[in-house]
Amino acid sequence: MNTTRPEINQSISLLDRSMDQKEQNAIEVNNLSIYYGSFRAVKNITLEVPPRKITAIIGPSGCGKSTMLRSFNRMNELVPTAWAEGEVFFQGQNLYAPDVDPVEVRRRIGMVFQKPNPFPKSIFDNIAWGAKINGFKGKKSELDELVTESLKSAALWDEVHDKLDQSGLSLSGGQQQRLCIARTIAVKPDIILMDEPCSALDPIATLKIEELMRELSTEYTIIIVTHNMQQAARVSDYTAFFTMDEDRAGYLMEYGETTQIFTNPKEQVTEDYITGRFG
Amino acid sequence: MSAKPAGQGPGAKRSKYRAGLLTTSPGETSNLPARHRVGTIWMVIFQASTIIGIIALMTLLFKVINDSFGYAIISYKTEPATLVESATPIEELTQNDLIAILQVNLTSGRYQTIFKEIAAEDLSQEELVDLVITEVAKPQVAATFTLLESIFEKEEIYQYAIDNFPGGFLTFRNWVSLDFVTSPQSSNPLVAGVRNAILGSLFTIFIAMIFSLPLGVMSAIYLEEYARDNWINRVIRTNINNLAGVPSIIYGILGLAVFVRVLEPVNSGAMFGIGDSSSTANVRTILSAGLTLGLLVLPLVIINAQEAIRSVPRSLREASLGLGGTKWQTVWYHVLPNAIPGTLTGSILAMSRAIGETAPLVVIGASTFITYDPNSPFSKFTTLPIQIYQWTARPQDVWRNLAAAAIIVLLILLLAMNAIAIYLRNRYTRRLA
Repeated sequence: MNTTRPEINQSISLLDRSMDQKEQNAIEVNNLSIYYGSFRAVKNITLEVPPRKITAIIGPSGCGKSTMLRSFNRMNELVPTAWAEGEVFFQGQNLYAPDVDPVEVRRRIGMVFQKPNPFPKSIFDNIAWGAKINGFKGKKSELDELVTESLKSAALWDEVHDKLDQSGLSLSGGQQQRLCIARTIAVKPDIILMDEPCSALDPIATLKIEELMRELSTEYTIIIVTHNMQQAARVSDYTAFFTMDEDRAGYLMEYGETTQIFTNPKEQVTEDYITGRFG
Repeated sequence: MSAKPAGQGPGAKRSKYRAGLLTTSPGETSNLPARHRVGTIWMVIFQASTIIGIIALMTLLFKVINDSFGYAIISYKTEPATLVESATPIEELTQNDLIAILQVNLTSGRYQTIFKEIAAEDLSQEELVDLVITEVAKPQVAATFTLLESIFEKEEIYQYAIDNFPGGFLTFRNWVSLDFVTSPQSSNPLVAGVRNAILGSLFTIFIAMIFSLPLGVMSAIYLEEYARDNWINRVIRTNINNLAGVPSIIYGILGLAVFVRVLEPVNSGAMFGIGDSSSTANVRTILSAGLTLGLLVLPLVIINAQEAIRSVPRSLREASLGLGGTKWQTVWYHVLPNAIPGTLTGSILAMSRAIGETAPLVVIGASTFITYDPNSPFSKFTTLPIQIYQWTARPQDVWRNLAAAAIIVLLILLLAMNAIAIYLRNRYTRRLA
């Protein structure tokens, strides 16, 4: 852990210089540990996520990838025993400061889940609902426009434009997942978290989602957890490799540009994992 | 070839398979026949238990139907033929003759009571004939027969009627007729009906529902969504389940103590200046009964609502929260709508339990004989089970036919409520899926 950290910082600073110098990181994690009761699920994570890029989190099962991802929008707190230690900075604000409302965090940092979970409502309402509850006060026409725009951004408009009043559940799995992405975009978050978004989908639907992610990354910061290393290699700009210690606490092993992680990993463990020797 | 396990259907006979066809080594013995045999034995036991249940239900149904239809011998206290001197049957008499008969045979007090509202001359000939028959001739049920007897012992019944009641007549009576449903309670079995009881039942159930449904659903939301998992809440949860098993008469005693005694001014309507405080209703009102039944079903409603809320998938809550929904918005827009079908179904089934309750209503003082409809939450009332209970306790046989008929009405009411429950569940489920 200690040996890897300077390298991470180095890689990030390299990357910063190559991009707009003034641009702030989308998320900065500082020495974060997350616990379920007394069990430490992830420990001492320090990580900087660049804006408008796709960052993939990979690692063996049970190493705390999802826990890590859910800590970015405080979704972990839905588990009654979960608590966190450390800091997660978003636009200079520590998300774990006591006066930060998790509801606000989740509106700014949206999430797409493993299993497509559209609301049992019409396609239109699926997208409009998020805007409505967040205080969207526009006219009906503006709402229509928002729904249209969101569906177009999620590459779903062509398939559903003539059946917006049908239930979201009537769509195929891949379409449902894109509907969930459209729904997330509609509340205009800054960051989209994706928790294994393709693991319940067939290869063609997966490909579509991956294309969509590439398109969205021009506007949004995307952090994706995936079990599929090919997927991480295909879509992500940066990759964080997590593994766990003997207490089953996950930690960040290596973090850097995806090409570097997959072609020239610095750690032997990383290489073993991506070449399929363990995990 | 996949072997179908024995006991999968009635046709799965042991002899269908020959054991040991696939046995490789010669010394190996197959225990398969024995295993199949065990399966078959259990299947028969399961089948038998189902059949016993069905037989019990069929017996009940048969008994009730058997009593609800059948011949009845009606005899007159004063035979109509003796009322007129000429040979004309009373149906063909003129209005004046009929009025004369009424004047002669009725006490003047009774005569005035009948014609207080409307003059005798204003009634039609048919109405006067009816009056003469009910008021003067006074038909009575002399004997009743069950449906089975009416079908298979017709001749004997005819003979019996001719021998014993020469002035009466024999009629096939359908006790559970439309008249029975729409007529009020009466001391005369020929005209007695269950209208008051049906209205009383529906009224009390309605009050029980509007009391327990919101309360139960709100409690369930609190317990499922907000209450922390500490020991107090665990004790509460466990005891709600226990409350659902408390005998209903205990709730009657509770209702008597709380609604009838402590809340007397409220539940009698005296506090609002309505309800007749002078009557014998006291606080034995529809409101007291409704609240008692509401209390009785409250635990069931809570449990059903809790289960319905628990069955709303976690992914839906996460989706809502992930979009920046607050806890309240998540509960209101997603958890509740999806929990409605389950809650409604469970609640209506709980209500149909309540509609059959007798014991608590006896304790809080349901009226056993009232002839008018309940017209406010503060009026006296009777309900179908009370009515049935009261009729079966009477000595004359004929009331048992009426009780059977009332049971059929109660069963139909129950079936209707359950049908509504199923309809609502399907309707909402379709809308959501």
